[in-house]
Amino acid sequence: MEQTPEQPNGERTIRVDMIARVEGEGALHVKVHNAEIRDVQLRIFEPPRFFEAFLVGRRYDEVPDIVARICGICPVAYQMSAVHALEQAFGMHVGGTLRELRRLLYCGEWIESHALHLFMLQAPDFLGYESAIAMARDHAAIVTRGLRLKKAGNRLIALLGGRSVHPVSVAVGGFSRVPRRTELADLRDDLLWARDAALETVRWVSGFEFPDFAQDYTFVALQPPDEYPFNEGPLASNRGLAIPPVRFEEHVQETQVPYSNALHCTLAGSPYLVGPLARLALNYDRLSPLARQALAETRLPLPLRNPFQGIVARAIEMLYAADEALRLIERYEPPADPAVPVPVGAGTGMACTEAPRGILYHRYRVSAEGVIQEAKIVPPTSQNQRRIEDDLRAFLPRVLARTDPEAALECEKVIRCYDPCISCATHFLRLNVEREEMTGGMGASRPSRP
Amino acid sequence: MRAPVRVRIIGLGNTFGGDDAVGVLAARRLSRLVAGEAEVVEAEMAGFELLDLMQGVETVVLIDAARTGQPAGTIHRLDASTTPVATPLFAHSTHALNAVEALELARALGRLPGRVLVYGIEVEELGAGRPLSQAVGTALEHVVRQVLADVEATRDA
Repeated sequence: MEQTPEQPNGERTIRVDMIARVEGEGALHVKVHNAEIRDVQLRIFEPPRFFEAFLVGRRYDEVPDIVARICGICPVAYQMSAVHALEQAFGMHVGGTLRELRRLLYCGEWIESHALHLFMLQAPDFLGYESAIAMARDHAAIVTRGLRLKKAGNRLIALLGGRSVHPVSVAVGGFSRVPRRTELADLRDDLLWARDAALETVRWVSGFEFPDFAQDYTFVALQPPDEYPFNEGPLASNRGLAIPPVRFEEHVQETQVPYSNALHCTLAGSPYLVGPLARLALNYDRLSPLARQALAETRLPLPLRNPFQGIVARAIEMLYAADEALRLIERYEPPADPAVPVPVGAGTGMACTEAPRGILYHRYRVSAEGVIQEAKIVPPTSQNQRRIEDDLRAFLPRVLARTDPEAALECEKVIRCYDPCISCATHFLRLNVEREEMTGGMGASRPSRP
Repeated sequence: MRAPVRVRIIGLGNTFGGDDAVGVLAARRLSRLVAGEAEVVEAEMAGFELLDLMQGVETVVLIDAARTGQPAGTIHRLDASTTPVATPLFAHSTHALNAVEALELARALGRLPGRVLVYGIEVEELGAGRPLSQAVGTALEHVVRQVLADVEATRDA
């Protein structure tokens, strides 16, 4: 955090050079003139598209392994969007039990990713701690619950593939091997515990004090006819969007802004929101009865429009994912083949799946031999970036009377509501922060992590 | 019956991330050299899993890429057994949680092993799919030798 004293001309600049407790790294720059917000820039530093270029020239069956390394938090999402897009390019569709196994794998990722954000990154904001480490000293039981939930999700991922070097892994057409029934049954006790713990978590977080900050969002999420979305479904919004994911790029515009290396996305020229709040707003009637009931018991009016209540949406989704995983494990019968044959051929395929943070879009152009000619990846954080800035614009007036460090901290809390995965949006970030001209004393920059 | 292994070496990093692979590669090298004296774990992109990986042994050696702005190849060696690591050694980790945060969280929860050594190797080339830079490759060799000496010292202790 750096601060400049108010200048004689009424200019004031609030800077957060490194935003703590977000995945990856970003910076926030706010310019205020008297009481007027002049500029809000969420800055993300990185030569983007490293991985897109890296994928070109690779065979289609190398893609799941490579994209799993883009993000340490949501490798499964990257694999899922990749295999669905490649399957679309080859004109094939994976259904039945293989489709259910992919859903199950995604449940694991939602549990681990939501547990991480909820307990380790965002809960400290509500409980008044600077970090999960500080919170752990006073609330060991809560932190331990979060770690155990995360582990339950990780076990599912470890069993079904994900990023680990493992005999079972995600492949175009299905999996390299499918688990035995007993292997999945071994996870049952863990998941039963996780479901109870998630239900407790819904009750816990819905009792937090939320700033009165409802926003008028354009929610965008997958909206399948009869299930809560993971892998498939038309792309829908609360403002009438209803398109197949292959038409994503016809509707979403990506633009480069000079101050950030992540591309900004807009829908028909306007910012929009993806992620748990958007999914829940468009799909809460598709939750399992248990999750629906837990949501009703929070007595929060739906749809949730307050970014601070994203923590409730994550808890509900964690509960749903544990519940859904148990349902899928219960009815699992190993399929005859771990994958369906892949009719490799020239083509272009696109897919959206629901990463924990929202829609993750992939497009691949493939040669007749199955070699990647072009790759495009649009992560959820790019899509939310404009919306985060708009929220900050709306939020800033209520903290302007406070000191710069206090105002900056409150802004960081707003940013953390989105669980931005800045390392995904940019793939990697460097430390250099562009220095604006300073007048008078300034604080030392603060490390991004405690 | 052999005594349980007392040392666990954990290499962190991203093998598709240029120099970011150095911790994993150091662990891979060490796994061929420690011969039963220590367990070696390649914890590619591990975050909170580190808390569990640190359990059940007396000594843990963590190896990861560091980014503090010093020249590439610079080796940081810290004994984090009793003193919290204040340096933002791994401030820009792409993994969910960097090594220092993981061990400070373990400390806060009272789950830290008796001895924790942390190696951070300053990196420069982080491009996807790039090989290790020369400076980091040289540092890797130094770290491997130093860790072998650490393991030796533990045995003699």
